Amino acid sequence: MTRSLLCLVVVSLAAVLLALALGSVTIPPRGLLDVIQGEGSALHRTLLWDLRLPRTLAAFATGGLLAVAGALMQVLLRNPLADPYVLGLSGGAAVGALLAMLTGLGTLLISGSAFAGAMLATVLVFGLAHGTGSWTPSRLVLTGVVVAAGWGAVITLMLAVTPSYKLPGMLYWLMGDVSYARTPWPPLIVLALSLVAILPLARNLNVLARGPMQAAALGVSVRPLEWTIYLLASLLTATAVTTAGSIGFVGLIVPHMLRLVLGNDQRIILPACALAGGTLLVLADTLARTVIAPEQLPVGVITALLGVPTFLYLLHRSR
Amino acid sequence: MSTLHARDVIINVPGRPDSYALNMDIEPGQTWGVLGPNGAGKTTLLHTLAGLLPPRSGQVMLNATSLTKLKRRDIARHLGLVFQERQDSFPATVIETALIGRHPWLSAWESEQGEDLDRAQHALAALDVDHLSDRLLNTLSGGERQRVAIATLMTQNPDVLLLDEPTNHLDLHHQVRVMNILRGQADAGKTVFMCLHDLNLAARWCSHVLLLYTNGDACWGPAESMLQPSALERLYNQKLATVEIDGAPVFVPVSS
Repeated sequence: MTRSLLCLVVVSLAAVLLALALGSVTIPPRGLLDVIQGEGSALHRTLLWDLRLPRTLAAFATGGLLAVAGALMQVLLRNPLADPYVLGLSGGAAVGALLAMLTGLGTLLISGSAFAGAMLATVLVFGLAHGTGSWTPSRLVLTGVVVAAGWGAVITLMLAVTPSYKLPGMLYWLMGDVSYARTPWPPLIVLALSLVAILPLARNLNVLARGPMQAAALGVSVRPLEWTIYLLASLLTATAVTTAGSIGFVGLIVPHMLRLVLGNDQRIILPACALAGGTLLVLADTLARTVIAPEQLPVGVITALLGVPTFLYLLHRSR
Repeated sequence: MSTLHARDVIINVPGRPDSYALNMDIEPGQTWGVLGPNGAGKTTLLHTLAGLLPPRSGQVMLNATSLTKLKRRDIARHLGLVFQERQDSFPATVIETALIGRHPWLSAWESEQGEDLDRAQHALAALDVDHLSDRLLNTLSGGERQRVAIATLMTQNPDVLLLDEPTNHLDLHHQVRVMNILRGQADAGKTVFMCLHDLNLAARWCSHVLLLYTNGDACWGPAESMLQPSALERLYNQKLATVEIDGAPVFVPVSS
């Protein structure tokens, strides 16, 4: 099992190197080596240190955040189809970000507004689902889906009343775009810290996946654990969405595919999600930058185009 | 060794007036069987005794301490429960499932060691499911899954074993095997308390019996004094014929 994690580390590094080498100007392996040693041409140095490395790291962190958030939500709801996108968290963030763009606020405020939107969406969904009764997973999923549809309507409404010159920026944000990332550090730090925080709880999550009653009977304090996962997953999602807009399917397909291969031990799955989610988004972003270079595609389009058929295939193949 | 005490416990069955208060001492070496018709509150009682549901009044004590004053983890080291229904939303193998029984015994950073694996394999062998250890749970039959659930409890190895209809889905041979295992646990100083639907299993293997009536009435005591045909007929609202085999009564429902 540790071997599969090591494998994933190697694959991640390879993906990052590939992303650094490819682009409108291809840097050959020799060139990469030169730049890393502090030599090489000025163009290569600028490309690598100032443009590609921050963007690649931001993509990696965002993918990791989304995949880990998805895995956590799936355990919380004991539903392998749950993810931040399905539960309307991304929708809330999108409304926040668009609102900031519509009123002409700066980048920093757009990020803050997206973060606030994601947190608001979480509180809304979990508060409504809690209601007067208990927190049943099916109720939570249903509430999430309906609230997500609500956000969708609000987004459409906002787009309809937006002056056309502002539309392209908004649309790119909606489709998810890593070029919005200013600095890779906030998402990377959040990802690393949350992994450190959640790994000691991973065996608790394994037990929680068997249902709350069984978990309680095996010594898990279920309610505090559920709140911890829920808050952490929301924070991860909000950070990811703030970094790169709303990117779908990473939180859904990455944990799902890893479970098919590695089983459902969260001690393996959670770090594996961080690595595989990061790798997937780095590769998708590289594709987005190079397919029709020098034009760029929003990375959310690539993940959706890859994610939808992969997911349908997996779903069809399983029971 | 642990004793479970019910002190004036009135279980919380929704929509039912307060039932008869239960005052029981469930002691090491005893095997208790709970009998009663559907909806009498057997499962509710079991969950209440495990501290998973609060009673409407009264309290459940593990040895000298109220369950509400103990941490879940400490309770789980002394008391385990096999549920009647189980969720398996995610695929898991049989051995992984048995190993979660070790959860209350391991600290956050510890992972299962050889000793834990030995316990799990031993329990799976006792329940005759060791040949399935790498199979996915959702590919097993109902009876096999039931045996895996009991093996998980044996891997947890608590002093007090609570079981909700442990013989559900089991064929005759495995019913006998499971009841023998549970009785053997009691003989080794464990405390066993289970809901049963089969009067004859209770008559043959239980030392104590609790009768739980639909209206909330209850009576309890040594098995031979509780298993009176007239009381059982009133309990199930069903006419019974009684024969004796190997010194134990056997109850057969007859149509009247």
